[in-house]
Amino acid sequence: MIEKIRIIVCIKQVPAVMEIKINPETNTLIREGIENIINPFDTYAIEEGVRLKARLIALKDNSFDVEVIAISMGPPQSVEILREAISLGIDSGVLVSDRAFAGSDTWATAYTLSKAIKKIEGWKIIILGKQTLDGDTGQVGPELAHILNIPFIGYASKITEISRNKMVIKRLMEDRYETFEVRLPAAISVGKDINIPGIPSLRGKMKSRSAEIPVWGNEYLGMEAKECGLNGSYTQVIKIFTPEHKHETLMLSGTPDEQVSEIYSKLKELNLI
Amino acid sequence: MEIKVDIQKCTGCRICKNVCMYDAIEIVGKKAVINENCVFCSACIESCNYDAIEISGLIASEKDFSDYSGVCVYLETYADKIIDVGFELLSSGRLLADNLGVYLSAVLICREEPKNLNKVFNYGLDKLYLVKSHIFENNLDDIFAKALVQVINKYKPEIFLAGATMFGRTLIPKVAAIIKTGLTADCTALSIDTGKKILLQTRPTFGGNILATIITKNSRPQMATVRPHVMEIKISNNIDDKNGGKNYSSEDYKSKIEYIKLDESKFKTKYKLINIEKETEEKINLNDYDAVVSGGRGLGSGEKFAMVKELAGLLGGVVGASRAAVDSNWISYPHQVGQTGKTVNPKLYIAIGISGAIQHLAGMQTADIIIAINKDPNAPIFKVANYGIVGDIFDIVPKLINRIKSGKTLI
Repeated sequence: MIEKIRIIVCIKQVPAVMEIKINPETNTLIREGIENIINPFDTYAIEEGVRLKARLIALKDNSFDVEVIAISMGPPQSVEILREAISLGIDSGVLVSDRAFAGSDTWATAYTLSKAIKKIEGWKIIILGKQTLDGDTGQVGPELAHILNIPFIGYASKITEISRNKMVIKRLMEDRYETFEVRLPAAISVGKDINIPGIPSLRGKMKSRSAEIPVWGNEYLGMEAKECGLNGSYTQVIKIFTPEHKHETLMLSGTPDEQVSEIYSKLKELNLI
Repeated sequence: MEIKVDIQKCTGCRICKNVCMYDAIEIVGKKAVINENCVFCSACIESCNYDAIEISGLIASEKDFSDYSGVCVYLETYADKIIDVGFELLSSGRLLADNLGVYLSAVLICREEPKNLNKVFNYGLDKLYLVKSHIFENNLDDIFAKALVQVINKYKPEIFLAGATMFGRTLIPKVAAIIKTGLTADCTALSIDTGKKILLQTRPTFGGNILATIITKNSRPQMATVRPHVMEIKISNNIDDKNGGKNYSSEDYKSKIEYIKLDESKFKTKYKLINIEKETEEKINLNDYDAVVSGGRGLGSGEKFAMVKELAGLLGGVVGASRAAVDSNWISYPHQVGQTGKTVNPKLYIAIGISGAIQHLAGMQTADIIIAINKDPNAPIFKVANYGIVGDIFDIVPKLINRIKSGKTLI
């Protein structure tokens, strides 16, 4: 019997935070016209999923077949990024969406994703972006891996070896590269140093338009109300505010020599030289 | 669970629509309507001047946390030394503990006792739980997590803090998941709600554009990772006065250390560490230095990074870069500062030829002193800079280098 190996890529739709402008008078954010995009780190996860599939297929082992599936948890409009993922070479998408899931913190998100992943037969490799643009926590990956009882390597910068049973992963820490071998199934998170994401192919675009993307709600995942969404979350946001920028900028005038002198004396004054 | 607008109270003022990051609010017939895009982030509830928005249907659970007490800090080590964020956490942990009137403890998991171990007692630490074993030779998160969980479950601190280093941000989520408690990532401010005696955890989100204060609702400990270089290191006034209020003798230390024994045979790792490549000549740990000197698009080529490196060297600092410079292959990714790179918090940040896109600012705007040099007077980098020079970087920077060099020789 041919084994089905499935690579799961977890992606999230986020507001394009980098397009946010700040109203200088009121110090508030101008949110109008901000579009929703695939979390930028997730585009590297998609690309790596597609590449790992190609590498596994290149092993020419007839005893298994490989499929790469993107999962997104979020409101119904997240279906857009799943279609985009398919246009980028992902085989199929699953949308995990239910009003009951809204308000999930990282734990409730990881728990819900784990329930969805367990519904997929043959999952072996899970790839996530190292963090999201909106929440910026990077916690879902390690929490998800714990729930699934599999190893997790964060900040992967290169998969040096891949086979049906194991992966060798090089990752970048603050000041060093570490290389690990893990047995599959395993999860990794990736940053921008792992690959250069591709662009949608014509075939991919056509496929993405017609792709059927199932929506898995809680009826299918079968979680208790107290386990999901805000109720299933251990943390809760109680206040949101804009940081105050209280300082003034001193623009140094004069000739370049005078400017340099002034900077030099400031650095001296502040004991920075 | 439901989020609802009370149409009696809603005036259709649109404030909530403007604060919603998720396009989840429409104004229909002068009333706010919340749609399915809502992620319950609570920004609108907070913003409403009329208390018109409410979340209902939350399952109330009143758990008893009276057996959880004290603040506990994780002391991460690297190369047999406790790293600085540990001392920052002890300082901030002491303040929180004083506020609650409880003990401050710390956990250290190590292969060898760190060379700077005695230093931990300068911050008002009441108890050190020390777990020492050869199995902790490398930072493998699964066995570290297991050891931490044992300590936490045994001593039940109400608050547990760790550094938001790369290891911390991988290890601590695992610990929180095992214990089944909440975890707030990368906090930049911590305080106590003295009425409720709970920890208020504040962290930047949306690329540092918004700050969110988060609580741990119905589980303990309240766990948070804290961004390095943010909390002030503060020697405690609580130091024992036996030695004239100065330091403990090593005998005094011993009474504060509790050695934790483990059954090592139960600590199996899922990882096989094959290789570690240390930092060679190139400094890439941007958070280890008091000065970061960064170059951006304005440099125009990789060769021009030489002057950035020279200036960084003179200041005893490290080289950073904007995304544009990294994407142009002028310098490698470990140097990138910003949202998709590293977040730095040095005493001095010099931005050379960096315009200051919001993603870059997110990674450096909390530096103590920021100096920006750019030819464009309208570059956003000047908004966050303390000192700005509008000018030609190829003129200014070499002059500054010469000035510092001649200043050095004069002394």
